[in-house]
Amino acid sequence: MSTVPLTHILFVSTALFFIGMYGLFTRRNMITMLMSVELILNSVNINFVAFNKYLYPQKADGIFFTIFIITIAAAEAAVAIAIIINLYRTHKSIDVDDATELKW
Amino acid sequence: MDTSAIIFYAIAAFTLVMGLMAVTSSKIFRSAIWLLLSMVGIAALYFWMQVEFIAAVQIIVYVGGIVVLIIFSIFLTQQAGTKMPGPSLKRIIASALAALFGLTFSFNLINHYGFSSAASQPFSLSVSDIGVQMLSTTEHGYILPFEVVSLLLLSAMVGCIVIALKPPKENVERTVAAPENITVNITEPEEENVNVNIREPLIITEV
Repeated sequence: MSTVPLTHILFVSTALFFIGMYGLFTRRNMITMLMSVELILNSVNINFVAFNKYLYPQKADGIFFTIFIITIAAAEAAVAIAIIINLYRTHKSIDVDDATELKW
Repeated sequence: MDTSAIIFYAIAAFTLVMGLMAVTSSKIFRSAIWLLLSMVGIAALYFWMQVEFIAAVQIIVYVGGIVVLIIFSIFLTQQAGTKMPGPSLKRIIASALAALFGLTFSFNLINHYGFSSAASQPFSLSVSDIGVQMLSTTEHGYILPFEVVSLLLLSAMVGCIVIALKPPKENVERTVAAPENITVNITEPEEENVNVNIREPLIITEV
């Protein structure tokens, strides 16, 4: 436990964040973009828990922030999937390049 | 390097490799499965950090909820076995450069800052402590965010149902004839100002 410093956990979460960012930039399919956003949110959660555990072990604020972020991420995913299903009904495609009605 | 450190690096490598495969796989269903394994790896990381409650919540909400929801939406919207068209080479290079630049920048920042970890006392948090602090109304309680998040969940649920409802086939207009000559018996009021809320087309006859 003590042999792994805090910075290595931060390295893992940073790498996960930028993997999610790479996916968000390259993917054009809405569901896979949503998956990338989930990866980014998870990397933030790892940061909160690691900071709480290593720097402020007598408090529990990071735990609560993680719980609330997980809750909001669940709500966000549900709303996003409802929007995706509705978009598929009208456009027969969930590619973001095909939905251009609000472009101009 | 002891056993705990080896376990940590194994979990980290597993999570990162699964995440990388989730964002680069060209079959969307496999991509969802790699995402699920990556979430399991993150839950294992929480177990390693001895925050078992967060690990359980991670498995229940992410693995059991969100990824299953994503898989259902994949089945609803497209053929799961077909390959997605890959991004163009220019976009891949630009995105990889942006991600690598950000990664090295953040690595450098974290490495130089160092975070002098002076955690003297061990970290131990029981589930009952979390529950008590979540619902306490004292200074460090979280009752107000708890209520706000519950309202947010309710509104998100209602909003999802409204957005994803099948639209009605067509609006069949039906004209309903207004009833005529309805007699309403009103007893004599004692006072002068009595508001009687009756809509217009009714005909009022006092008895």
